[in-house]
Amino acid sequence: MSPFQIDPVDPAPLHLPDVPDLPVVPARRARRFAAALAVVAVALTGCGNDGEADGSDAATGDAAPTNDVSPTGSAGPRDPLVQLVTHDSFSIGDHVLADFTDQTGYEVQVLASGDAGATVNAAVLTAGNPQGDVLFGVDNTLLSRALEADVFVPHEPTDADELDRALVLDDQWRVTPIDRGDVCLNYDVAAYEDLAIDPPTSLADLVDPAYDGQLVVENPATSSPGLAFLLATVVTFGEDGWEDYWSELVANDVAVSAGWEDAYYGVFSGSAGSEGDRPLVVSYASSPPAEVIFSDEELDAAPTGVVVDSCFQQVEFAGVLTGTDNEAGARALVDFMVGETFQADIPLEMFVFPARTGVDLPPEFVEYTTVPDDPITLDPATIDAQREDLVQRWTELVLG
Amino acid sequence: MSSDVPDATARARTGLPLGWRVVVVVVPAAFFALFFLWPVGTIVVTGLTGDGATGDALAALLAPATRRVLWFSTWQAVLSTLLTLAVGLPGAWLVARVEVPGRTWFRAAVTVPFVLPTVVVATAFTGLLGTGSPVMRAIGALLGRSTPPRLTGTIAAVLAAHVFFNVAVVVRTVGARWANLDRRLVAAARTLGASPVAAFRAVTLPLLRPAITAASAITFLFTFTSFGIVLILGSPGMATLEVAIYRATAQLLDLPRASALALLQVVAVGAALLVNARLGGSRAARSPGGITTAAGSGRRRPTTWQAWAAVAGVLVLTGVVIGLPVAVLVERSLATVEGHSLQWYRALARDTGVLAVPAWQTVRTSLWFALQASVLATVVGGAAAVAITRRRGGWGRVFDLLLMLPLGVSAVTVGFGFLITLDTPPMDWRAEPWLVPLAQALVAIPFVVRILVPALDAVDDRLRSAAAALGATPTKVWRHVDLPILFRSATVAAGFAFAVSMGEFGATVFIARAISPTMPVAIFRFLGQPGAANLGQAMALSCVLMLVTVVSIAAVDRLRVADLGSF
Repeated sequence: MSPFQIDPVDPAPLHLPDVPDLPVVPARRARRFAAALAVVAVALTGCGNDGEADGSDAATGDAAPTNDVSPTGSAGPRDPLVQLVTHDSFSIGDHVLADFTDQTGYEVQVLASGDAGATVNAAVLTAGNPQGDVLFGVDNTLLSRALEADVFVPHEPTDADELDRALVLDDQWRVTPIDRGDVCLNYDVAAYEDLAIDPPTSLADLVDPAYDGQLVVENPATSSPGLAFLLATVVTFGEDGWEDYWSELVANDVAVSAGWEDAYYGVFSGSAGSEGDRPLVVSYASSPPAEVIFSDEELDAAPTGVVVDSCFQQVEFAGVLTGTDNEAGARALVDFMVGETFQADIPLEMFVFPARTGVDLPPEFVEYTTVPDDPITLDPATIDAQREDLVQRWTELVLG
Repeated sequence: MSSDVPDATARARTGLPLGWRVVVVVVPAAFFALFFLWPVGTIVVTGLTGDGATGDALAALLAPATRRVLWFSTWQAVLSTLLTLAVGLPGAWLVARVEVPGRTWFRAAVTVPFVLPTVVVATAFTGLLGTGSPVMRAIGALLGRSTPPRLTGTIAAVLAAHVFFNVAVVVRTVGARWANLDRRLVAAARTLGASPVAAFRAVTLPLLRPAITAASAITFLFTFTSFGIVLILGSPGMATLEVAIYRATAQLLDLPRASALALLQVVAVGAALLVNARLGGSRAARSPGGITTAAGSGRRRPTTWQAWAAVAGVLVLTGVVIGLPVAVLVERSLATVEGHSLQWYRALARDTGVLAVPAWQTVRTSLWFALQASVLATVVGGAAAVAITRRRGGWGRVFDLLLMLPLGVSAVTVGFGFLITLDTPPMDWRAEPWLVPLAQALVAIPFVVRILVPALDAVDDRLRSAAAALGATPTKVWRHVDLPILFRSATVAAGFAFAVSMGEFGATVFIARAISPTMPVAIFRFLGQPGAANLGQAMALSCVLMLVTVVSIAAVDRLRVADLGSF
């Protein structure tokens, strides 16, 4: 069972018993064996819950959410637990979730797994009998599939008017925009100073021989920023022109990595600690501030910059899952996610930008990057309809 | 060695009390059926029975792309296995036959790659095999080339990483059997005039064959289903069946295609296992002939300069294959702008924002999960091993083969299978925290079985007969002959299940977790954000993971040494 390498063992030690040892075998070992079996039997019948709940308690250091309905809840018969289904990159401050509990009486249990694609497809697979009450993490490249499968019930959040209208992509409010994290070309500032040329300012610049051998992109078949970048080129150069553009990129020695980690840390030269040698990478609008915030020394300028005209809009949405057994709690949570407390915590927790307007950004986000006013966009239904065909054509063209 | 034994032994073999005889079959069978066959079967059937799904599935199977990934998966796995054997067998010789100080640590150290997430190993290899690497520069200089060669993005990088991961399988599996071979057999052959090479080929190799085929089978399974290594270190054109399944399931939700590919993978893996069983599982090879328990018969201090040269050669070979990538990781975990320091290790104690908790807490989470998973895997796998050895042939064989399958089925298939089967009260377990150690146990059980079955098989039936002849009741025979052996090997199995689960990533990541992340998941999270602190902490946490693993494996090895004088 292995998307990621798993681990072999030492299968064949041939033990022969030492005959003189025979009488020493204590019967209590057998009893211990029996006890261990009994424990497993209990776990197998589904009652082993407490032990593990203790474990997560110990691990998180505070009251770990469990499935148990708290008997002390003053809220009467309603379910005090709201389950938030999300991907592995989700992160929000504990104090923010505590605020939600203070305001509403509901406790949030975060159920994280896999990447955004796996999360949304799991939701489609379990449509009608969801894993939890709210889903966060469906983005505009996956939205259409989720809406078609009736994964969400409509819910217009109380603060709907505070949201950036450009990010509201479903007029029935089946999903609510929570954040935007545009995919943009990043460049290595120092490398271009050394080369004594200006970094590119548009997608069209990339085929210029001056930028020969400088760009690394992610494979759109295996990486979501890679897909976003491919879509950006399709929108920019049109259905008739994008393949020619990529042919020229190939002629200009574009490098392809499987995923963002590999491209950014392995091939791109601008990231701290990287051994890469290419000064252009497909990353995010928030990457330069992250370089500053997570630097190991005080920086007064970001080591990387963003090519604003290359940015493809990526919006993440939340929605109330169809079939939730705590609809009131789910609606309250989506409302809260649009609220100021949650939105203000987004940049430093998830390194994306809040979808709500008028939220104060951390200084690094103001100083070291630009939120593109007019990013490249593509309608989710078109993305869903064309994705597979585009990726296949791209693969034949670039990797073929 | 079961059907033709004398009557007394036959009685002794069935000596397990009736209640336990039922338990050892029912517990693993129920576990396996509920948490593997049912979820995986349901999702495959769902994929194949939808509207027009059969046609889609067939089209997916017959597509030229499918043939390409199947062919690539197979040949790179065969090549990886052969190379791993080439590097691993000398290492096995060292741990089995040579008495040098630090041997136990050598054995523990080769295990380190087991627990490292592929994404971390890939960064180490990128650093090592890229043009910026001092190693590559040295090679370039040796070849008299102005630019150092670049191995990243080539099949060579993939194969090197596969050897790195799997060399321990060979060292430990083959080494364990080699240590017990009776040296006198080789001595006899030499006395009769055989050259050292001829004696090795005629005596040692045939006796090692079952262990070599077992190690090859596991290495083949791992490399056949390789995912991250091929994606990151290979060129983008290389793809294994595993990658195709992941894409079809997690990205495209094309269930007919995913199901067809998953079935294809199961068939391919099953065929490989059958071939392996045929090659190494013959009754003669399993019999304990040539195996000795005489203390001190195995290892000798090298006396000649040739022997010392061989030891040095093995150490250099293993040092290059395993030591270099590990050294790169350690160096990176210490590297900061102002030279080397423990800065990133200290940072693990702080709340950094990338994780909801300070990173050191993931050590506790991982240890706690690994403890549960290893107990679960050892008990369920132990029961299965007892059941299998009591029923050689027929159902025992089928069961043995089935229990290997979790290694050949995509984690995403199992994870999505859980979602659509364990979803109805009172069995809506999708948000249960114990699903994580349970999934990890599913991965560890095949190893537990592979350790315990040969150990139980090697029990000399004459011991049981002797005990029975001396008047022991069947229950007593089982308790005094089988159980002690089971318990000793179970400590080894549990130790390995522990290591497997510490490093497990695939199954963990597809299960919705309401808990703080495990160490591999945390490392992956750190690497998913830009910034020096994230890279530094990812490397530091990887080194902590290696350290915890070496210490636990060494502890288990020492336990075994202390327990068994013959080892």
